[in-house]
Amino acid sequence: MPNETILLLGVNHKNTPLEVREKLALSSGYEEPLRALGKIDGLREYYLLSTCNRVEILVSADDGESVEKNLAEFLFGDALTPDQYEKYLYCYRNEEAIHHLFMVAASLDSMIVGESQILGQLKEAYRWSSEKKCTGPILNKLLHKSFSVAKRVRSETRIGSSAVSISYAAIELARKIFGSLDKKRVLLIGAGEMAELAAEHLVSNGAKDVVVANRTLARALDLAKRFNGRAVGFLEIIEQLEQVDIVVSSTGAPGIILHKEKVKPLMRRRRNKPLFFIDIAVPRDLDPALNELDNVYLYDIDDLNNVVELNKEERDKEAVKARRIVDEEALKFKDWLAGLTVTPTIAALRAKGNQISQLELERTLPRLKNLTSKEQRCIEMMASAIVSKLLHDPVIYLKSESCKDKPEMKVDIFRSVFALEKKQ
Amino acid sequence: MLSEINYLLFNSVMLVNFLACVVYLVFFFKQKEKLRKIARMILFGAGVLQSLYILSRYLIAGHTPITSQHEVVVFFAWSVTWAYLSFRWRYSVKNFGTFVSVLIFLLLIIAASVSRDFYPLPPALQSLWLPIHAGFAVMAYGFLALAFCGAVMYLLQERELKSKKFGFFFSRLPSLDALDQLNTHCLTTGFTLLTLGIITGSVWARQAWGTYWHWDPKETWSLITWFLYAAQIHQRFTLGWRGKRAAVMSIVGFCSVLFTLWGVSYLLGGMHSYAQ
Repeated sequence: MPNETILLLGVNHKNTPLEVREKLALSSGYEEPLRALGKIDGLREYYLLSTCNRVEILVSADDGESVEKNLAEFLFGDALTPDQYEKYLYCYRNEEAIHHLFMVAASLDSMIVGESQILGQLKEAYRWSSEKKCTGPILNKLLHKSFSVAKRVRSETRIGSSAVSISYAAIELARKIFGSLDKKRVLLIGAGEMAELAAEHLVSNGAKDVVVANRTLARALDLAKRFNGRAVGFLEIIEQLEQVDIVVSSTGAPGIILHKEKVKPLMRRRRNKPLFFIDIAVPRDLDPALNELDNVYLYDIDDLNNVVELNKEERDKEAVKARRIVDEEALKFKDWLAGLTVTPTIAALRAKGNQISQLELERTLPRLKNLTSKEQRCIEMMASAIVSKLLHDPVIYLKSESCKDKPEMKVDIFRSVFALEKKQ
Repeated sequence: MLSEINYLLFNSVMLVNFLACVVYLVFFFKQKEKLRKIARMILFGAGVLQSLYILSRYLIAGHTPITSQHEVVVFFAWSVTWAYLSFRWRYSVKNFGTFVSVLIFLLLIIAASVSRDFYPLPPALQSLWLPIHAGFAVMAYGFLALAFCGAVMYLLQERELKSKKFGFFFSRLPSLDALDQLNTHCLTTGFTLLTLGIITGSVWARQAWGTYWHWDPKETWSLITWFLYAAQIHQRFTLGWRGKRAAVMSIVGFCSVLFTLWGVSYLLGGMHSYAQ
């Protein structure tokens, strides 16, 4: 137990370029990577988060250099050698890891500070981890806490109100290109959640006619229905490009799905009407060279960040407040974590027992008026004897080596049974 | 008396335009809506003063004051000012005024730096055709100058959007679409006026000198300018040329306008040369 550490390793948009991130992103979902992660020695609990801006592993593990190294190797796989990834990777322990997780959950570490998508992504990632039984008492508590920290930040600061999601940034850009979005046609390639969100923003800003292209037509139909739009097959994309003005691409495809050579001849048929591509997929869907074409504007997820930087100042003020909340909560969690070892738990239990006996004595003794001081002492001794005898077996159990692989689980249950948390 | 008023008027034109230019520039940096309104009022005042100045020169000279270098440039500035003021009610192109007011002020500096003397008009030019022909031509230049300003703004904005480095101009310039529409509008108006200018000039030439076309350097260059704009308009309406290419073409066209206006007089001479 004393060797137990919370470790958080990852890469994010701040120091890792998109080219590297797209190699690491888990395009196949969480199931497979979680299983692979479980094979690493020394992990007690583990959790994995992959979004377009970050890939992070959070574990509770036996202390040791080897765990850290194994996790880094797991994260980068064959994509990069240790020399290469050294400059991208960050690794936090204990308090720092807790703090970082809270920062991420509260959207203070996001590319767009204050955006709300990250919390959903966090919950989704946690759902996978807990369903696959990868998390235990520490991570459960830690992640639940991170959700409530995020909520607290959201309700106590205005960081979310001026917050802008990726789609907001995209709309800002679209306005600079098209003036107004009125009557603009939108093509969604891929029908994921991000695409849905972007489409929602575009439509509420005046865009009409949403066309959805997706590999599975059923999902495309669903989404199209929401916006009174149409669904088309993947093969019709080129044809649709002649008509639309804004393209939002967010497929999970491993490579480029639309090349410059395909779009170039289209521009003549479009009579050079501007075409705005938004590539929110990681790895990228659209050929970066598209941006070289006249009247074609291509923005990937990193580029969108720059737009957001423009109105950053105001949010920074709120971010200071939010950071204070995170600091506070991280400290509280640290205390909880510290209490999760055996010795303080026993102390807390004894303290509670003594407190109860003291309280009862104070209530009872005044009512027994004719007691001598000796008799009174006897009653006091009896009360404390009952408490000690009652607590004897639980304490023995707590000190015992049973359920050795999950000691913190035992302590956690123990603390819940005896309601020791309330004191904190 | 009149010449004193005339002198005073020109100085106040310079001053007020300078003010308009400064307020527009301050507005450009600070982006305070109130400043924009003030700047527009000042520019309007400058436009009125320019008109009065031209009127005073007309009264002194007894003919349309468009025969000396100074007069032509003042007329040019006047037409840009009024083209802008008439234009801005229709489209709201963010911060267009800043660019236009700088251009107007530059023109006025040129006007201030050349001789402001009056020259007697040769009898051949004393005709009603003078104001008609020169008026169309200079008004055309006014709109083409607006197209030029819009094109410069387009290129600045397009560069920021393409390079994705959002600097000083990004938030201050209007959308590409607005600038492109501005280009279309100014170009079609300017081109129509230019065509009328050339036709009236040619009709006048027939009356004054007996032939429609002399291949005088100014005429030749006007024709070159006309072809440049005609080509651009043709491409725009048939092939959908727009955006960067159209902006570059507008700038090239305007350079040709400037050359027709000055270069020809200084370098090539000919019967259109102003009295020196």
